[in-house]
Amino acid sequence: MDGLQRGSVAIVGVAESDLGAVASEMSSIDLMAQGIHRALADCGLGLRDVDGLLCATAQSRTSGLALAEYLGISPAFIDTTILGGSSFMFHVSHAQAALQLGLCKVAVIAYGSTQRTIGRRHASVREYNPYETPFRPFLPSTAYALAASRHMHQFGTTREQLAAVAVAARDWALLNPVAWEKKPLTAAEVLSARMISYPFTVRDCCLVTDGGGAVIMTTPERARSLKKPPVYVLGCGQAITHANISSMPDLTVTGALRSGRAAYAMAGLGPTDIDVVELYDAFTINTILFLEDLGFCQKGEGGSLVADGRIAPKGDLPVNTNGGGLSYCHPGMYGLFLLIEATRQLRQECGARQVADCETAIAHGNGGVLSSQSTVILGTRATL
Amino acid sequence: MERISKSPLVIYQAHLDKGELAYQWSLDAQKAVFYPRVICPFTGSARLEWRVSAGLGTVYATTVVHPAREGAPYNVALIDCDEGFRLMSRVEDLAPEAIKIGMRVKFRVHRPSGDEPPCPVFVPAGSP
Repeated sequence: MDGLQRGSVAIVGVAESDLGAVASEMSSIDLMAQGIHRALADCGLGLRDVDGLLCATAQSRTSGLALAEYLGISPAFIDTTILGGSSFMFHVSHAQAALQLGLCKVAVIAYGSTQRTIGRRHASVREYNPYETPFRPFLPSTAYALAASRHMHQFGTTREQLAAVAVAARDWALLNPVAWEKKPLTAAEVLSARMISYPFTVRDCCLVTDGGGAVIMTTPERARSLKKPPVYVLGCGQAITHANISSMPDLTVTGALRSGRAAYAMAGLGPTDIDVVELYDAFTINTILFLEDLGFCQKGEGGSLVADGRIAPKGDLPVNTNGGGLSYCHPGMYGLFLLIEATRQLRQECGARQVADCETAIAHGNGGVLSSQSTVILGTRATL
Repeated sequence: MERISKSPLVIYQAHLDKGELAYQWSLDAQKAVFYPRVICPFTGSARLEWRVSAGLGTVYATTVVHPAREGAPYNVALIDCDEGFRLMSRVEDLAPEAIKIGMRVKFRVHRPSGDEPPCPVFVPAGSP
């Protein structure tokens, strides 16, 4: 993005809050605070160092006020942009702009959700759309299913190829001690699971969990003296194409095409330069669409790319190494966890699931019903 | 400035009450606009003319929703109308899994019982 400079800011601390099913009566703000406490410990900064606050949750109308009050801080810079699950990638570019301009010195991006504990209906308000709601789409699943139907029609993508995405995610999740899912999954089990919105069974759909976390960003100068190796923001890009699925221009091409191009241009990198790929997999079709739109294969070839285990732990293209929204954690707005995993991979902290020789990572966020797309490219000091 | 006396939605629903599927035509963009709005999303112009669709279209995307608890599976589809606009709807008079992309369909007004307003549904173009 014009105005943002490659490597001008770094991610210095990351942490998840409690995940899965959290203690009863925990709030989304409790989880944000827990994530911030852990992420500050991760980098060795304190709450009093924080003068930039960015957050989003579906459970608090003015989450910035709630969180600042809870933390007892009055941040110089605050941003509560909320565009669905990709909100946190938007926050990265906003935090980068604020840090570059000196509007703040240490920025925290936070998320929390207790949607599993309180029920999805209570966690986010269902908006009535007079042009869609009468037809009873089961949202968001139905919107993504419509996109999948179109991909299958135009490119011959199969349900078995979609299932391969879920199986690869599960194989990665089995290597992640904090992943929600603990048992192996076969393609046959994906295909025979309870149908939700054709072609998706429940195994093609993301989990419904609680969870939250935080990401700490600062300037490269400040980053150097902190506990962990800095992870630099090399590129950011964003694109919004619609809000409702009936207004999406082409259901087989997402805004990731534009957000990816912008991020690659800023980073001076292309898809073949990326070592680890973290994509917002709310549904199995997402992984296929974003692999295509971010240039890891041609449009229409995503199904064959994922089919033979290439994105699974022993494959040649490591995708969604934490187990993804499909098998690790999905509290409703999952994007923050992609940034956390990409950072940990670049720091070589991932144990059994660590990708070898990992210097560059892409974290791609998706929001709404393929509506908002935001791409962040991260790199180690060696990539500067 | 001229005040708006009827919202785009009220006008749209009044057409549906008469059994018509209405859309807007942007005079500046020379393009169909749907859903109905106050200004044209292609140009920003407020010169939007109401038109009634011939009601013929093609299935652009389709799915079958399987309710978690009770009720039979049902179709949700996106329909491309011949005038150049797309809307969410469903195709009736066919099993939901028999509805395919590319199928030609025609508009029919659905009048729910109770307080809900009518809505546009589609049936196979060959239906009587």
